[in-house]
Amino acid sequence: MQLAVWTYEGPPHVGAMRIATAMKKVHFILHAPQGDTYADLLFTMIERRNARPPVTYTTFEARDLGSDTAEIYKRAVIDAVERFSPDAIIVGASCTAELIQDDPGGLARAAGIGIPVIPVELPSYTRKEHWGASETFYQVVRHLADKASIADRPGPDGRSSCNILGPSALGFRHRDDVVELTRLLRDIGVDINVVAPLGAGVDDIRRLGAATFNVVLYPELGETTARWLEREYGQPFVATPPIGVAGTRQFVEDIAKLLDRPLAAAAASNLPWWSRSIDSNYLTGKRVFVFGEGAKAAAIASVAADELAFDVVGVGCYNREMARQVRTAAQKHGVEPLITDDYLEVEAAIAELQPELILGTQMERHIGKRLGIPCAVISAPAHVQDYPARYSPHVGPEGANVLFDAFIHPLVMGLEEHLLAMFREDFEFNDEAGPSHVSHGRVSVAQGQETAAQSMPAEISLTEPETHATAPGETWSVDAEKELRKIPFFVRGKARRNAEQFAADHGHSTITVDVLYEAKAHYAR
Amino acid sequence: MTTLELERGCATPPAATDGAEPTILRERGQREVFCGLTGIVWLHRKMQDAFFLIVGSRTCAHLMQSAAGVMIFAEPRFATAILEERDLAGLADANEELDRVVDRLLARRNDIKVLFLVGSCPSEVIKLDLSRAAERLSTRHMPTVRVLNYSGSGIETTFTQGEDACLSALAGAAPTSTTKDASLLVVGAVADVVEDQFRRLFSDLGVGPVDFLPSRKAAEVAGIGPGTRYLLAQPYLRDVAGVLDERGAQRLPAPFPFGAEGTTAWLKAAADAWNVDPARFDDVVAGPHARATKALASRRALLDGKRAFFFPDSQLEIPIARFLSRELGVSLIEVGTPYLHRAHLEEELRMLPAGAKLSEGQDVDLQLERCRAARPDITVCGLGLANPLEAEGLTTKWSIELVFTPIQGYEQAGDLAELFTRPIVRRERLAV
Repeated sequence: MQLAVWTYEGPPHVGAMRIATAMKKVHFILHAPQGDTYADLLFTMIERRNARPPVTYTTFEARDLGSDTAEIYKRAVIDAVERFSPDAIIVGASCTAELIQDDPGGLARAAGIGIPVIPVELPSYTRKEHWGASETFYQVVRHLADKASIADRPGPDGRSSCNILGPSALGFRHRDDVVELTRLLRDIGVDINVVAPLGAGVDDIRRLGAATFNVVLYPELGETTARWLEREYGQPFVATPPIGVAGTRQFVEDIAKLLDRPLAAAAASNLPWWSRSIDSNYLTGKRVFVFGEGAKAAAIASVAADELAFDVVGVGCYNREMARQVRTAAQKHGVEPLITDDYLEVEAAIAELQPELILGTQMERHIGKRLGIPCAVISAPAHVQDYPARYSPHVGPEGANVLFDAFIHPLVMGLEEHLLAMFREDFEFNDEAGPSHVSHGRVSVAQGQETAAQSMPAEISLTEPETHATAPGETWSVDAEKELRKIPFFVRGKARRNAEQFAADHGHSTITVDVLYEAKAHYAR
Repeated sequence: MTTLELERGCATPPAATDGAEPTILRERGQREVFCGLTGIVWLHRKMQDAFFLIVGSRTCAHLMQSAAGVMIFAEPRFATAILEERDLAGLADANEELDRVVDRLLARRNDIKVLFLVGSCPSEVIKLDLSRAAERLSTRHMPTVRVLNYSGSGIETTFTQGEDACLSALAGAAPTSTTKDASLLVVGAVADVVEDQFRRLFSDLGVGPVDFLPSRKAAEVAGIGPGTRYLLAQPYLRDVAGVLDERGAQRLPAPFPFGAEGTTAWLKAAADAWNVDPARFDDVVAGPHARATKALASRRALLDGKRAFFFPDSQLEIPIARFLSRELGVSLIEVGTPYLHRAHLEEELRMLPAGAKLSEGQDVDLQLERCRAARPDITVCGLGLANPLEAEGLTTKWSIELVFTPIQGYEQAGDLAELFTRPIVRRERLAV
């Protein structure tokens, strides 16, 4: 039994819904109790889709359990096929239906509906959303792809073409990433054969084999399928994330290597100059914590460190499937990787590290709000406000521009930062007011820390209560507390922790102004 | 003339007194509704000393954070004990695991006085007996913490039925009151502001003592006995009423306190049971009643003659349809409800316009067909359907707002009407 307050990922059948909803004329018949229909609102509300997800639920109730839930399933299949006339159906069960073992695959096949039936096993008690999406996409491709399409592959002298694998419904920026990546690939002289699952129909899946190679845009969702296509269809794949200027360059180089020919240049990004312009000096060495989907988090950490000159003080992911990439990234930045799906553990890590900026998910946005640390959302899970109306990709040249803007938006700008530090007691212009261009008020740092201090011990966690790093003895002198307030808010939390640690290590029971500055000198970077 | 009589005399549609019973369509198909766990979203904020531990799957945890629309990060007083494969292997181990989780939870949160173990679809299907677990854990943690249980599973409860189940557990655990002296119990979660307004009105009427179930403290449930008279503030409380009746309490039948008319009739039921002088009653309600009428007048201009269609959701549909029809001039195309509990809705059904069409249960695809064919001016539906219907050109009201907004009582009558006028005004104003 795992105790959870919030979850980063839904159950695997939600992953299967993301595939069905992404595709055209593919219907998902889900054996599920009444109530599981809540999942529709993920798509209609969070992603603002203007149509119901193509999902029929059996919504069985307790009274049905005694009679024949299998019959209910079979009828649901027949009714859904008649009503929606899909080209193929995906059939599966949610967590409760898994327990009653009705075999949706067998029932749907027995219904004799004359269209392809794609059964998916979605083990709810061991797997999660990404796994469910990846597995469903893989099964869709295995059942529908037609090997004969290999004959349509461009010859060695023609233009090359690729499939883009991975984009799905409810994906973070997937809609815009596909547009940007399509543009990038055309610019370098590569045609797109099929994008899947987003926007793909049964016929599109059938002709996957006609591409020279595959691009795995999101490894969480597309890599299993790409590996199968590599094995069965002889299609190599590129999984380099085209994120950031270097990532995009590497992506193009990897394709050139794969095709063994030079490619046209990709469009340039504004990021290099924006980062070099002197206004960006203040970004140097900002301490940033990165957390999200593994592949994304690893790529974002590189952009932060190499393209904005931030210091990455922590990197992690919630999906264990991507732990390897994140460990490699952590090693590169000289930090400990944080692989966990327990958001309280993430909160504890952030509170401990006191970064100046968090690049994370919706969960970390809330953690940041509580701790008074600015946050930009770079990964799912995300709320409705992170599904923007404007074109806002994260990949390719435009993606690099978007990332630059997204990272610096929550921060106080350079000169403003200096003025705040110079005239600390200005009653109108002080750091508790937050960045002047961000209208909603910041939680004052003092207040934020109090909230954190009050709430965290009261929160529940699977891990045993941590023993605090500092001895319980040392207290702050009034003068030192006052002096601490003169330190800019974005490093104040760190200064407080450093001073406490320093006092504990050096046997000071009271933290005076002197101890505070000794600690500052001790930890000077 | 009393306020009620005045109201009957005014220009609202006449009550269906001529035996023109509403027609009821019963359907069985895909139900686009929440399960009973969703009630925790408001119950955990209402009862400040209670904690809700769902024993369920990742789906349950995911539902909880998705259903609320926004995640409530200020001290969530609920969590999910997510069942894993090894919990399914043996129930003995599952119980041990549960004890371990509860021990740890309580050790870390000494402010919890009542812990609800909430059953889910998977816990019901594997027959994990949470009532025995609650007994076992109660013995272990009393007197500091009382452990209760109920089921919010989708196979047994629809949306607001979860609150019914929760309050049934609370009412079952309430102390017995032996006094024959009358006391009033208001049953059903209402917003704190509504609770305070009702307390003031009952006090002005001389009705009391008054208690609320749930109150802000779950550990302080009022004693229940033969002196208890209770008023339902919500229409979905069949089971808790059963528990109260069994313990000797008496229900005061009344319409529900939505709109000026409903609120007056609801208060009147209590006033009559306390033999409050009619003049005093009129005197107490005249001011707030006039304010409610005034607040409704401007909204009526926007809603009069509009046609409404209700998808089933919270069981609030019938009382709210009655309010829209009688006080705002809305005509009713179809009023869907997940369940129709006739005993509690007797007064409401009588007040519906003659021949109103009700539907109980759901086959969502068939209902969508009827809705599209009828082209209502306002469609009340759940979050899964609202945007798709808006995209088809229908104006919708998300029904979940009806349980997340203070809507009972005189001072909220205008706000309740506003929930329906805003989508209409918005559609009219938008020029894109």
